Amino acid sequence: MGGGITLEHFLVLGLILFLLGAYCVLTRRNAIGILLGIELMLNAANINYLAFAFFGGARYDGQIFAIFVIMLAAAEAVIGLAVILAIYQNLRTIDVDATETLSG
Amino acid sequence: MPLGVFIFLAALAVTSALGTVLQRNPVHCLLALVVTLLAIAVMFIGLGAVTVGFLQVIVYAGAIMVLFLFVIWLLNLQAELRTSPGYLALKALAGLLCAALVAELFTLLWHAPTAGGAQAAAPPGYGSIEKIATMLFSDYLISFEVTSVLLLAAIVGAMALARRAPAPQHASPQAAAADGPARPEGA
Amino acid sequence: MTQFNWSLINFAWLPILPLIVVAVGAMGVLLAGVQVDDEDSGALGILTIALLVFAAVLSLLLFGGRPSVAFSGALAAGGYTAYFDLLVLFAAAMTALMSVEYAADQGLAGAEYYALLMFAALGMMLMAAGDDLIVIFLGLETMSIAIYALAGFMRHDPRSNEAALKYFLLGAFSTGFLLYGIAFIYGATGSIKLEPIEAALSRPATDNALLLAGVGLLLIGFGFKIAAVPFHMWAPDAYEGAPTPVTAFMAVGVKAAAFAAFVRIFMVHLGPLGPQWTMVLWVMAGLTMTVGNLAALVQTNIKRMLAYSAIAHAGYILVGMTAAAAPRAGGAILYYLLGYAFTNLGAFTVVVALERRGAIHDNLADYRGLAARHPFLAAAMALFMLSLAGVPPLAGFFGKFYIFSAALDAHLLWLTIIAVINSVISAYYYLSVLIAMYVREGGVEPAALRTRPALIATLVIAAAGTVAIGLFPQPYITSAAGAFVSALGNAPHHHVVLSR
Repeated sequence: MGGGITLEHFLVLGLILFLLGAYCVLTRRNAIGILLGIELMLNAANINYLAFAFFGGARYDGQIFAIFVIMLAAAEAVIGLAVILAIYQNLRTIDVDATETLSG
Repeated sequence: MPLGVFIFLAALAVTSALGTVLQRNPVHCLLALVVTLLAIAVMFIGLGAVTVGFLQVIVYAGAIMVLFLFVIWLLNLQAELRTSPGYLALKALAGLLCAALVAELFTLLWHAPTAGGAQAAAPPGYGSIEKIATMLFSDYLISFEVTSVLLLAAIVGAMALARRAPAPQHASPQAAAADGPARPEGA
Repeated sequence: MTQFNWSLINFAWLPILPLIVVAVGAMGVLLAGVQVDDEDSGALGILTIALLVFAAVLSLLLFGGRPSVAFSGALAAGGYTAYFDLLVLFAAAMTALMSVEYAADQGLAGAEYYALLMFAALGMMLMAAGDDLIVIFLGLETMSIAIYALAGFMRHDPRSNEAALKYFLLGAFSTGFLLYGIAFIYGATGSIKLEPIEAALSRPATDNALLLAGVGLLLIGFGFKIAAVPFHMWAPDAYEGAPTPVTAFMAVGVKAAAFAAFVRIFMVHLGPLGPQWTMVLWVMAGLTMTVGNLAALVQTNIKRMLAYSAIAHAGYILVGMTAAAAPRAGGAILYYLLGYAFTNLGAFTVVVALERRGAIHDNLADYRGLAARHPFLAAAMALFMLSLAGVPPLAGFFGKFYIFSAALDAHLLWLTIIAVINSVISAYYYLSVLIAMYVREGGVEPAALRTRPALIATLVIAAAGTVAIGLFPQPYITSAAGAFVSALGNAPHHHVVLSR
């Protein structure tokens, strides 16, 4: 990898994706939409890990962390979708605002 | 990876991420996210992380996204993904917060000196599956083993939450009503 | 194809022995559950408790051990790890004990319930032991994923579903911040192990802007986990909707584990950055105490009230962290968490005692006249409320006393004043529970306690601990302080602090 690409390029891209993900989480009312936003945030973090690993002198710990993040995304998706299925069975909706039986 | 390729991939990733954020149809959101993931995977390989890049394609864009797709179809989510107008204020706030963060972090990055000798060419074999595997089973052994427990916990938890079981006899009337005949198949 | 070099593995049995017992035990409970009916899961509960107690005995043996690191610096062994292992295992065992009759009564799937409880405990122990951001992060996620499932465990109850959904979505959101923060710290210092990170702090080449961005994001992530204001919105809903024993475990175990990692990262290893992060923590602590206590004043549901009370108590502990400059602060935090564990587990046990399948009596009004019908239950609740309010000579009083005096040592006069005012405000809502029980009449008739021996045992242990830790604080504060010093001992460049 050469040709004038620097660490900053990747950090800026990661930042943009992270903010898009956070924006998605904050504005979506639908549980699956929120979960997709979280996936964007995790990917933004992974870009940072790999960029820091590469530009920090071809290190490995960043790559290892990225693998664990992918694994975590799988586990989180499984449990999150199970929660969503359970709530859909009871309430027939996964709109976060429609599920307001808890109050106060 | 030449600068042109990077710009192309970055533009693709950001555009499709925008699609994920703005699309109304959940399936379109999901497909846009898959495009983002694939663009990022190519970038990973460009960063010398060949194994991570392939894992990103196989596990992330493949398995995890298919799971999402499956659930979206199972719940028949068609019209639900509208954003209610009452949330315009929150949207504006979220936008404002994001803008503030962008401004802050951009200034941070601008003043940040480039890390070290930067692109010292990666040694041959950097990011290969052999190196990664050796690391996983030596320095990161405990983390690797914890991962297996984490996945087991996720499986057990998902089974407990989503399996079909008869409703308890003394369940509250509200729960009993919601548990009526029209439950989705295979839930 | 090169041969795998086995000598690369830096393996050590001893420090992970309690972890192995819990992990294998959880799988054993799952397998044993195949034979057991859901309505009859008491035996599984007893098995779980036995395994947790066995792991706790092993941790106790490790308590006096010399501080050391294992697995290429991924795990820290020694007093600090063992102290939190004991705390977490105790919380998990008490949760299992109060669930024995509850789970059977509610028809919960016993094997999964107890196994998830143990997986959560394993994650918490890893958070306490991690000397490496990967291990801390994976421990946190193991804990969180198990707790998400436990919060939604009553899957036919919409309240439980919702608790799980809110906890999950905000938990996953905070994971994003945590990961992004760790990435920046990694980028700035070139390592994800706490030891080299600390060494990098003193290097002039370390990129401070990047580092501070990372530390800030890490603060947000931990803020979510300990339910510090302004990241607390999920807590009342999750606490109210989750099955009550799980709520108790969230209030005690999750908080202890989150603080174990929080304190180790910030107070032990990010000490050189102290001036920067204590400023943020000062504001966070003040807000958390005040918002928690003021919101608790107006609650009519006891679980929600205890949720806001838990938020307020996180604020008091944050006062202790803000006082990081004072040598006594670390020990005070550890002692506080111990007293808080006994007291809170006890209070939630009383809430469990009033619950029956299909009849959730968790409103404050249900506690009216409890003293006349169940003097034992009411007296226990009164004890826990007084301890939470900080009345001497109970555990809660000395916890606050040590934290506030550490804060004064660190010259945090204003924050201490805010904390004391908050303690006074909190007395109002804790005492209103006493008034409901002893002065008012009405309420509901809880089912006979006589048929629930495990619940009585839980109450007796919690009450005895609350009194003992308060009456004889010396041995506990000594071991808490020793445990904190041992965490510093894991970090060799700390002799300066040790000799102070």
